[in-house]
Amino acid sequence: MESDKSDKSSKPGKPARQPTPATLSRRAFIKGAGAAAAAVASLGAAVAPADAAEAAGGVANSDGVIERLGPGAHTFELNLNGKKVQVTAEPRVTLLSALRDQLGLTGAKLVCDRGACGACTVHLDGRPVTSCMVLASRARGHEITTIEGLGTADRMHRVQSAFVANDALQCGFCTPGIVMSIAAELERNPGASLDDIKHSVAGNICRCGTYPHVFKAALEAAGFRGGAPSVNSPRNTPRNRPGKPSKGAA
Amino acid sequence: MARRATLKLGFAGDVHDVIVVIPDDEPIPWQWGEQFSVLGKETPRVDGPLKATGGARYSYDIQLPAMLYGAILRSPYARASVRNVDLSEAQRQSGVMAALRVEDDEVRFAGQEVAAVAAVSPEVATEALRHIKVDYAPLPFVVDMDKAMAAGAPKVFGRRSNVGEPHVSVVGDVARGLSEAGAVHEALYTSPVQTHVSLETHGAVASWTDGGLTVWCSTQGVFTVRDDLAVLFDLPPDKVRVITEYLGGGFGSKFGAGAEVVIAARLARMAGAPVKLMLPRAAEHVATGNRPSSSQQVKLAANGNGKLIAIELVAHGSGGIGGGAGTSGPYRSIYPCANLRIEERDVYINAGPSSPMRAPGWPQGLFALELAMDELARKLKLDRLEFRRRNNNHPVRAAEFELGARRFGWAEKSAAAKSSANQSAYLRRGIAVAAGAWHSLGSSGPEAIAVARRDGRFEVRVGTQDIGTGTRTVLAMVAAEELGVPLSAVTAQIGDTRFPFSVPSGGSSTSPSDSPAIRQAAAHLKQKLFRIAAPMLGAEPGDLEARDATIRVRFEPARKVAISEVCRRIPGDSISAEGERVPNYEGFRYDQAGCQFAEVEVDIETGVVRVLKVVAVHDAGLIIDPLTARSQVNGGVIMGVGFALFEDRRLDPQTGLMLNPTMDDYKLPGPLDTPDIDVTFVEVANGVTNTGVLGLGEAAHVCSTAAIGCAVYDAIGVPVRDLPITPDRVLAALGKV
Repeated sequence: MESDKSDKSSKPGKPARQPTPATLSRRAFIKGAGAAAAAVASLGAAVAPADAAEAAGGVANSDGVIERLGPGAHTFELNLNGKKVQVTAEPRVTLLSALRDQLGLTGAKLVCDRGACGACTVHLDGRPVTSCMVLASRARGHEITTIEGLGTADRMHRVQSAFVANDALQCGFCTPGIVMSIAAELERNPGASLDDIKHSVAGNICRCGTYPHVFKAALEAAGFRGGAPSVNSPRNTPRNRPGKPSKGAA
Repeated sequence: MARRATLKLGFAGDVHDVIVVIPDDEPIPWQWGEQFSVLGKETPRVDGPLKATGGARYSYDIQLPAMLYGAILRSPYARASVRNVDLSEAQRQSGVMAALRVEDDEVRFAGQEVAAVAAVSPEVATEALRHIKVDYAPLPFVVDMDKAMAAGAPKVFGRRSNVGEPHVSVVGDVARGLSEAGAVHEALYTSPVQTHVSLETHGAVASWTDGGLTVWCSTQGVFTVRDDLAVLFDLPPDKVRVITEYLGGGFGSKFGAGAEVVIAARLARMAGAPVKLMLPRAAEHVATGNRPSSSQQVKLAANGNGKLIAIELVAHGSGGIGGGAGTSGPYRSIYPCANLRIEERDVYINAGPSSPMRAPGWPQGLFALELAMDELARKLKLDRLEFRRRNNNHPVRAAEFELGARRFGWAEKSAAAKSSANQSAYLRRGIAVAAGAWHSLGSSGPEAIAVARRDGRFEVRVGTQDIGTGTRTVLAMVAAEELGVPLSAVTAQIGDTRFPFSVPSGGSSTSPSDSPAIRQAAAHLKQKLFRIAAPMLGAEPGDLEARDATIRVRFEPARKVAISEVCRRIPGDSISAEGERVPNYEGFRYDQAGCQFAEVEVDIETGVVRVLKVVAVHDAGLIIDPLTARSQVNGGVIMGVGFALFEDRRLDPQTGLMLNPTMDDYKLPGPLDTPDIDVTFVEVANGVTNTGVLGLGEAAHVCSTAAIGCAVYDAIGVPVRDLPITPDRVLAALGKV
């Protein structure tokens, strides 16, 4: 998977996710600077088919078929938030750019433009990716979910509700990306611990510094009623002390 | 006309009756012991659902029909004369609709604007920049502050010296203080340039219609941008409309109409189409402002009783081609001292201009002052908290020191540190305390409108903006409290110069400046509703009060009518009332205090510092919403972690280019760097305005870096006097490298 953010949370003793060959490319490796070394090492053999496609001047689609695209715009279909939509874009257009500039979905933000901050996080087949690092044409054949597809202001996803209730946002610019990271983590790891949650958003930068409330909201969404587990919880090793939710007004 | 009111003002354990003179049409200021129905309760922000679902529209999200995308070409040279700019080839590119030259004959920093284009897509615009031919004649430059101060250094501004005139202030006689000292400490402390890194970069969408200009701008001051653009384009201010519905951070860097906003407006006029121009990340780092560096030579002296008797600061700092590098604020105001001498100078280098950044001068000033205090305390063999107690004369801070020490466990942790059983072979823990202060009383200027509709809904409007603190929420809460209705009945509208005037969001002044105007407007609206309700209740308007969504006769709560019933009697669609922010009263007036305690762990093998725990105790007058207030304090602490440990703008001395203009090479604090943060507020009723609200954003940040820096000193026994406290500096301090 291109710049799969879930790989950033790979830790020793926890198997890295195994991307499928059809979705890999050298570009993904070069651009996906955040990918953990462990994941990279496990993928070496899988690179070849798509890499060959790129060397041939084309792009391998989800069936592994090599196509030539560009340099002009071409029209293709994306599976976006449960619907099929048409996009007409040059091959260089990123998924983020297509979402924002063509499809009018402006929830995902361009902030660092190099997969370093997580503000453009969307789900590809349920997995969090930085959409500034994915070409729009490469998202064909995948289920794309954006923040708009997760929930709306009237019908919020439980992660979104928990973010509002715990004020896990300030200026809000990083918020769609952080919500998508947490939602993906809780989907695949419903009993996520504070430590799991911290690692799932390790690639999301919030300049307002709102992380403590993010942790609290995520734990609430994960089903920890009554706030975060105690600092002394045996789940939390000394190396990964939790950000205990802060107290309110005296 | 004015009247006198006797108010209960102060803070827990120290409340007095104070007589305040207030204008006739002002509501009586909220005072100590007030029973609120809306204020003071943890309240999720009203625009949270839009922000959490991606529906909040930032300037960057604005899409207009036929909108073009702008891009700016920037100088690759730190200094050069620009002999010629040839736009013709760029103009010939397919999809390019406008191109312009920025009329400057000399560029003074790498990244300065030279030319710009507007095109049909961001990709086409960026590519078109490569077709602009610029004839530069590179000139000698200097990007290092010490080299800029040396004789013969290239001059940043023609013949003018690179070293600005000193700002000097003297109280008493430092030499005499030193002569009576029991202990003296002197050292040099430095801090790097920090960049704001607002996640939404600077920029705007500009659109010309009907001889007027509408700009959706990422700004902390919609009215300052309006006024700048009106002057630059020679338009009456009412022909310029600036809108900032949502703002993705600013931290002091987004006040006026910056070059990119002016360029967007020029391109839009040339192309005859709206233009969106948001800066790429690298440009955001180099050209939109920064916190200046500092180099602070500090001398402190104390007598045998641990009282400071001399403070001397000789400081230099560079904000590139901008000034404002002073750091003396904390030296003048935290610890009173009879003998004080300050001498500070701006130094100019060929780098992007500074701009205000969250408490300008204070985090770096307090880092040096507080670390010097700890170094002096060691010489005095005094507990560091006790040393601060002896030199503190602020009653609120005195209470905050004690509260914080209890929550942090200062005594227990101090005792534990002395027992070697608590230290591992390679991990060292350290603790520290740092004092804070701020002065966000707000200012007069804002006006507001409050509206009641026949359907029972209320609106308040003021042309302020929400930098992320929750402005809509706190203003709606204030109006709801005054009108006696639930928060859900009130909508606050902000972020548009068509609303009543307000001041920029700087100096933590938004809530203290705007909330009194909103309250006054709501109070005036309430009087109008009382006049409608009076005949319904067979009472005089002056005998009525609004509570629990009803209007009722005071002292006879059974005689009441639902406020929605009263609204139904509104003739026409709605009624409205105006409010204005009057100057501050002479109430019970303390500047803000505050303090933070920090615990760190230092790996003495690798030099890595981790911040484990921060206890933050702050006051900001009346806390309207403890939930959003706590968010601000968390953020202040975490930004302090970044400044203490990571952030450092690096310039290449060979080329003058910034080496780390990204969000990975410029190191920012992330989720895994977040300490356990414990936030406590000390409520102060100050009677300074009708709400008594003060700002919090800067108060919460000033002392975070200092507390962390001092805790590192406690952990390893030697001070690291240069920020950021990176592993190599820790190891160097330990003599290991």
